Amino acid sequence: MIPLSFNYKKANSVDEALSMLTEDSKVLGGGHSLIPALKLRLNSVETLVDISKIDAIKGINDNEKSVTVGGGATHASIAANSALASAAPMMAEAAHTIGDIQVRNMGTIGGSIAHADPAADWPAVLLAADANVVIKNKDGQREVDIDQFFTGFYETALAEGEIITAIRIPKTGFNSNSVYEKFKQPASRFAIVGVAACGEMDGKTPKSLRIGITGLAERAFRPMEVEKALIGKELNEANIDAALGNIADGVSVMADHYASEKYRTHLAKVYTKRALLRLV
Amino acid sequence: MKHKISVNINGKQCEGEVEGRELLVNFLREHQSLTGTHIGCDTSSCGACTIHLNGAATKSCTVLAVQADGAEVTTIEGMATNGELHPLQAGFKEEHGLQCGFCTPGMIMTAADLLKNNPNPSEHEIREALEGNICRCTGYHNIVRSIQHAAKNMNGVTA
Repeated sequence: MIPLSFNYKKANSVDEALSMLTEDSKVLGGGHSLIPALKLRLNSVETLVDISKIDAIKGINDNEKSVTVGGGATHASIAANSALASAAPMMAEAAHTIGDIQVRNMGTIGGSIAHADPAADWPAVLLAADANVVIKNKDGQREVDIDQFFTGFYETALAEGEIITAIRIPKTGFNSNSVYEKFKQPASRFAIVGVAACGEMDGKTPKSLRIGITGLAERAFRPMEVEKALIGKELNEANIDAALGNIADGVSVMADHYASEKYRTHLAKVYTKRALLRLV
Repeated sequence: MKHKISVNINGKQCEGEVEGRELLVNFLREHQSLTGTHIGCDTSSCGACTIHLNGAATKSCTVLAVQADGAEVTTIEGMATNGELHPLQAGFKEEHGLQCGFCTPGMIMTAADLLKNNPNPSEHEIREALEGNICRCTGYHNIVRSIQHAAKNMNGVTA
């Protein structure tokens, strides 16, 4: 399968990429969502701006208060990064579950969240991590709180003409105690349900707790009622079971031939419970 | 619009002219006649098109040829040296790791990436590494044995 014709432009810097972007262009990161979509002709584009050669956005930097992950960092480089392994172990755990070796070698975190597939892993993890998305446009730079980033089905706060240059993962007590649990679609290894959870613990009781869920609804989200119900309460089976009743409150649960609405909701409860019990 | 590209393939600098939309696997097969790299599913799932792009296992059906400009590519044709099979190729022969052979080039290229990063993988690690490579003949058992055979013979020497 071959995509429809387009103009290919290789950018050597973020500024050059921004100057190449027009209304009818798209940004090529790792290409592992966009190229398949172009090949299947689910998507077409006049100009493809290739940012995969810009080394400045590929690094992972360990700073005092955060770890800054370049938008062009591959899943493989995140899985192997030691700063993230200690600051937010769920990042490495989730990265290992994405696709396969070949996909992890090419796919990037910036590309994944810009695409915002409702079954992708990173949205759940970054919501739990309280991350910030660093975005550049022609006027400068802005940072978006992850809670405001995912706006709908394949929709984000990213505007036309903007590029994700980095994702900041704060170094917090909750991120250093974090896990990712996932029920994989066995062929694609996308999440049928994926749950990221992190919490700063006082014994078995979380002082803070953040949960991100992907695969369940049209976009990844935080089950706020579950978080609220469990902060300050011992994380045991009974308390967790009692809190999980309203896990899908306020979201519209997806259904497809892999999993019905009822089964998906059930899986979300099972995987959230598994994740929470691992925080203790 | 055509783009001039220059790619180091199996140690040899190769020039070509490609459209932006042309895929790396087509460049290898059709421009360079390197037909050892197969097109299976053509949807980034089966791994038959796996090559090494700058040393990392990559599905060449999901990379544009123009993206490989200036890169180093290794295909299955570049694995043997001086007529001698690569230990992975020898392993697949010894342990009957192939039946129809369609998936074999991709299996070997993925396994080479695994053994480069993890010279002594467990059976579980081998099976996990092959997640992105589909075989419809063997049931994978002999493929795993072939890779174990190669790992033993390579003594940690990377591909």
